[in-house]
Amino acid sequence: MKIKKDEVTHVAHLARLEFTEAEAEKFTSQLNNILLYMEMLNRVDTTGVPPMTHAVAQQNAFREDNVTPSLGRDLTLANAPDARGDFFRVPKVIE
Amino acid sequence: MEFEPVIGLEVHAQLLTDSKIFCGCSTKFGASPNSHTCQICLGMPGVLPVLNRKVVEYTIKMGLATHCRINEACNFARKNYFYPDLPKGYQISQYANPLAEHGYVDIELENGKKRIGVTRIHIEEDAGKLMHDEHHPFSYVDLNRTGVPLIEIVSEPDIRSAEEASAYLRRLHEILVYLEICDGNMEEGSFRCDANVSLRPKGQEAFGIRAELKNMNSFRNVQRALEYEIKRQQYVLEGGGVVVQETRLWDDTGGVTHSMRSKEEAHDYRYFPDPDLVWVAINEDWVEAIRKDQPELPLEKRERFVRDYLIPAYDAGVLTTSRALADYYEAVVHLTGKPKIAGNWIMGDILRFINEEKREIADCPITPQALAEMIRLIEEGTISGKIAKEVIEQMYKTGKPAATIIAKKGLVQITDEGALVQAITEVMAANPKQLEQYRSGKDKVFGFFVGQVMKATQGKANPQLLNDLLKKMLAR
Repeated sequence: MKIKKDEVTHVAHLARLEFTEAEAEKFTSQLNNILLYMEMLNRVDTTGVPPMTHAVAQQNAFREDNVTPSLGRDLTLANAPDARGDFFRVPKVIE
Repeated sequence: MEFEPVIGLEVHAQLLTDSKIFCGCSTKFGASPNSHTCQICLGMPGVLPVLNRKVVEYTIKMGLATHCRINEACNFARKNYFYPDLPKGYQISQYANPLAEHGYVDIELENGKKRIGVTRIHIEEDAGKLMHDEHHPFSYVDLNRTGVPLIEIVSEPDIRSAEEASAYLRRLHEILVYLEICDGNMEEGSFRCDANVSLRPKGQEAFGIRAELKNMNSFRNVQRALEYEIKRQQYVLEGGGVVVQETRLWDDTGGVTHSMRSKEEAHDYRYFPDPDLVWVAINEDWVEAIRKDQPELPLEKRERFVRDYLIPAYDAGVLTTSRALADYYEAVVHLTGKPKIAGNWIMGDILRFINEEKREIADCPITPQALAEMIRLIEEGTISGKIAKEVIEQMYKTGKPAATIIAKKGLVQITDEGALVQAITEVMAANPKQLEQYRSGKDKVFGFFVGQVMKATQGKANPQLLNDLLKKMLAR
């Protein structure tokens, strides 16, 4: 086993996903298969090979510090599930 | 048992760029809500963030100013969490490979200097702003701040008291402002601080359990919050209890820290390299070009002022509170060759004038040239220092040069011996009692005569000449 059910539930919670008991079982087994498959890569000797983070070897892609037009409030709020006045409106969050 | 506090600080400073870190939206503070937003900072699917070059340059500047190593290569990572002020569901930050590491700053304390280590300086994007409805179960989100560039400066746990923490913060603040990479405005959130605090028995090597303090938005509050938290932990430990590892919020009105219970779940940010952003490679040429351009930093400036101008450390401190003020002072020094006198006029009068009106030194109607000219007129004996107090006030109010004000108001000092002798004769004749007292040995009465003659001449008598003449004439 590469992953246990409580880890799956934990990750699901972090991703704000809700699973039924049956789904959690099913995804645990599916994720296990995926992880076991990927595990094959560990057989390759990677001594001295630096980890790769990008498929392209490009570096230093910059933009200059120039202001360009923004979308504007109306377009910004257009897809919001809830908005009021100039703002997005969300269920109250208090720390 | 005696406990020793161990404090580490995390400072977030907003960088003074015109546009955001990964898109061209404006960073200007105070715009109408959700008007400085676009597909990129709103985190729409399929967009590509591109790094603002100035963010890298500014971070290198801070890295150099704090004696950090500038890493040859750094990259960005995604810090994943859900919060309504974070539209993408992750914050782009630096994690395993920050831009700068292993530096230090020297802080000034009453009993000398202390070196505080800087663990790392990394780049990240700011989140949006939340406002909570007092009466309804809603919060309102403004995403203008989302994607404004920040640097996070993490200190080593080298700080041992609230005073040291405060000195360290002031030092970072003045460096950032001197470098002109952050406006340092704490009220607007351009300079924010979190603190990690723990206590350990004095002499023990291992650290105790720490609490993280948030929500301290002024230097004073940082100091108060730390003082409170140190006492609180001491109380817990002395009672045989255990400090809980948690985040605590500073409550300014109550003067206490409160546990932030809602975030009990351990942070699990699942950082991973951001595939949208390529590595940043910083070669020596780039670093050297920036190094050449670095201004003199406040501490070095203060030390140079004390060394070269022979002024007290306190004066040097006041005169270097901003780069513009220090430049103003130095301009006057170069024009007059009188560092102490120039400092006194600036600290005593110029700063009082501009502080009263909350003006910047750059907007002061008295230019360094005009102040230097006034000092020259005192040195040459055209006006007395006392009269100059009046002149400088008029200069500030009218913006006119000292000479014009002196001529117009007839303030030129009386250096004519004949005129002074006459004034003294009159004063002596009018005060026979005091004259007798003086001649019978009461030296103190001398001051009375100085005052009387000054009054008679509307303060215009040359003080040195008056002194000499008075002594001669009273003795007769």
